[in-house]
Amino acid sequence: MKKLTSVKDLEIVGRECASEQLKKPKTITVCSETGCLTCGSSKLADAFESEIERQGLSGTVSLRRSACLGFCERGPVSIILPQKICYLQARPEDVPEIVQKTLGGNEIVERLVYKDTQTGVRLACVDDIPFYKHQMRLLLANNAVIDAANIADYFAIGGYSALGKVLAGIGKDEVIEMIKGSKLRGRGGGGFPVGIKWQTTKDAPGEPKYVIVNGDEGDPGAFMDRSFLEGNPHGVLEGLIIGGYAIGANEGFFYIRQEYPVALENVQLAIEQARKCGLLGKDILGSGFDFDVKIHRGAGAFVSGESSALMNAIEGNVGEPRPKYIHTSEKGIWDKPSCLNNVETWANVPLIINNGVEWFKGIGTEASTGTKVFSLVGKVNNTGLVEVPMGIPLREIIFSIGGGVPKGKKFKAVQTGGPSGGVLPESLLDLPVDFDELKKAGSMMGSGGMIVMDEDTCMVDTARYYIEFLAHESCGKCIPCREGLRQMLNILNDITSGRGKEGDIELLEELSETLQEASLCALGQSAPNPVMSTIRHFRDEYEAHIREKRCPARVCKELITYEIDEEKCKGCGLCMKNCPAGAVEQIDKKQFKINQTKCIKCGACFTACPEKFSAVVKKSGKPQEQAVAA
Amino acid sequence: MKKVSMNIDGKTVEAQEGATILETAEAMGIHIPHLCYNEQLKVYGGCRLCMVEITKNGKKRLVASCAYPVEEGLVVETSSEKVKKIRRMIIELIWPVAQDLGREYGVTASRFRAANTDCSLCGICVRYCAEVKGSHIAYFKGRGIDREIALVPGMGKECLYCRECFNFCKGSKILQEMDRVYA
Repeated sequence: MKKLTSVKDLEIVGRECASEQLKKPKTITVCSETGCLTCGSSKLADAFESEIERQGLSGTVSLRRSACLGFCERGPVSIILPQKICYLQARPEDVPEIVQKTLGGNEIVERLVYKDTQTGVRLACVDDIPFYKHQMRLLLANNAVIDAANIADYFAIGGYSALGKVLAGIGKDEVIEMIKGSKLRGRGGGGFPVGIKWQTTKDAPGEPKYVIVNGDEGDPGAFMDRSFLEGNPHGVLEGLIIGGYAIGANEGFFYIRQEYPVALENVQLAIEQARKCGLLGKDILGSGFDFDVKIHRGAGAFVSGESSALMNAIEGNVGEPRPKYIHTSEKGIWDKPSCLNNVETWANVPLIINNGVEWFKGIGTEASTGTKVFSLVGKVNNTGLVEVPMGIPLREIIFSIGGGVPKGKKFKAVQTGGPSGGVLPESLLDLPVDFDELKKAGSMMGSGGMIVMDEDTCMVDTARYYIEFLAHESCGKCIPCREGLRQMLNILNDITSGRGKEGDIELLEELSETLQEASLCALGQSAPNPVMSTIRHFRDEYEAHIREKRCPARVCKELITYEIDEEKCKGCGLCMKNCPAGAVEQIDKKQFKINQTKCIKCGACFTACPEKFSAVVKKSGKPQEQAVAA
Repeated sequence: MKKVSMNIDGKTVEAQEGATILETAEAMGIHIPHLCYNEQLKVYGGCRLCMVEITKNGKKRLVASCAYPVEEGLVVETSSEKVKKIRRMIIELIWPVAQDLGREYGVTASRFRAANTDCSLCGICVRYCAEVKGSHIAYFKGRGIDREIALVPGMGKECLYCRECFNFCKGSKILQEMDRVYA
């Protein structure tokens, strides 16, 4: 790719790349992101490559290893363009048939297309599949036509045209006015108005200024930013360059965690390609604007996603927050004005510039505009990466897109916002996904993790899990966060192991208040959310653990009992064979019993008992004799 | 130096611009408790005992007075009910080192299981070693609830001659560490 020296050059190269792609009328896109890779998409793509060659279709069919296609649950996902035929879970042995019928001809391989779970109808086109139909894919729209390793793919869809527009004549102030007008809010969790942050950094005294991409995604179950960085790094980079131009920064940083090796590699590649094309470096597109970026690898601390901690880390210090009564947008890296935005926030910028403020404002709600990408995981049928307009009810994401809870189980709660967020019960499922609404309900938007929980999830144990995570991921600098979390964890460990006592809930609430009010950074201030929200919506479960010493969801080991139902037991003895503790005893030929004093509650007998008998039962509460003794 | 006019505990004061609330209050003779603050060291903001309630644009909020710079028209309450409540909880959380302060705030016992250390991790030893002595021998090891004070092994000689950090230590962590590392 030659160096582009003017906006005109950029337009020409865009047209060239687009027409180059049209030379081959058909494309098979194989998702090559983490989820699909683990399902064997790499081998699948290899098989396509050789089979296309073998069947002599190289002249008419191109193969693309693409960004995340979203439907992770049914990976590897492959889409045939332009017909948009979607094949799910295809294996290398299916490849010859697909190549012959769909790529060589126009037939569909029925067995590999989506089958509607309710009607049983086969749906071949991507747009008809409920998982995709109910989404609004704007940021993820181009994933099927982009290979992250190939800047030409990005040019072909009009990539960097927003940058071109900006450099060709939109003034710096005008860009900031556009972002302000769009009401774009930070996608990292806080939801701070992006335009105002940009303006603050621009107006703050001090040179040089910096722009930074926060790619320190660390919430359990969240992989949105990873997908952006791995799949479409140029989209983020373009946003960053535009931001740098508007704010008056000549240097930018990508802060990406070390645990995302593919993201690091793809962003590095994107930067090098952009530099070669003259989209980074001196005098970008002949505009006189100089800008370059560096990658900073995060060393694996969750807290480094906090703005001041992240900036400390970039400076080469330990990633620990500092009191920031003066915002980082005024005094950030090396005390210079620094504008930090989340990966997804930056990715929104080119969309706003290209489509205009009114268009963007038309999506979502009054106060939360645009779309939001969520990683939908947990006890839900269609796990994956989904993009929806703000304001959509949670129910629609979980049931229409997610396909509801598997195995006919009952929905219990959804956790949003990661460890800083909270759980929302079924009664709040019609809540619109909106920064302010979620906050009011005791959770938060967060960066976009959405974990669905079914009736088999214990809410006290869930809170305990998050507090344990935070207790180890807090930096430990300030007392309320470090010691407060230590004590909260102690109390929650007590409750889940049957040592809970009256007053524990109130003490948890009191501690929560201290953390919220007194912690140094947002990690500590939001850390009590998992506890506060579970107490708020599931107080009865806490009370059952404390007063009745039982776990209603039958999760907490100390508070459940395994028993063998005499009526149902057919005496097969599988439970005894599988018990590692020797707790299953044979009473007579056809009768087995669990010795409760020996039982370690591992559940091996429960799993081993054939489903047709279901004689081993898991009960809520301590074993009878122990309960009496206690 | 410019002056700003503000109000601390009902008294109007002309404070130096650039100073913190804590410095200004101390100069007025108003005592605000603190553990991690030390005038020789950079602002740390870790112990949160010095939190005070400020009113700005009609809104109240809690801030760490050791880090918050004075502002024109700021109204500060150094021991409002809310502030006292927070301090009492922090005292309970670090009970072994805060018993004296506990008496002042009416805390007679902690409701929590005591940690097996009397180190509050104020970090003065670490920061003094780095910022004043330029030695970087004492450091924070681990993070979150595993965070602790440690000394870089093999630097015993230097410590033997200095030991200045001992003077600041309200617990005994740094002494114990010395014994362990340099025995």
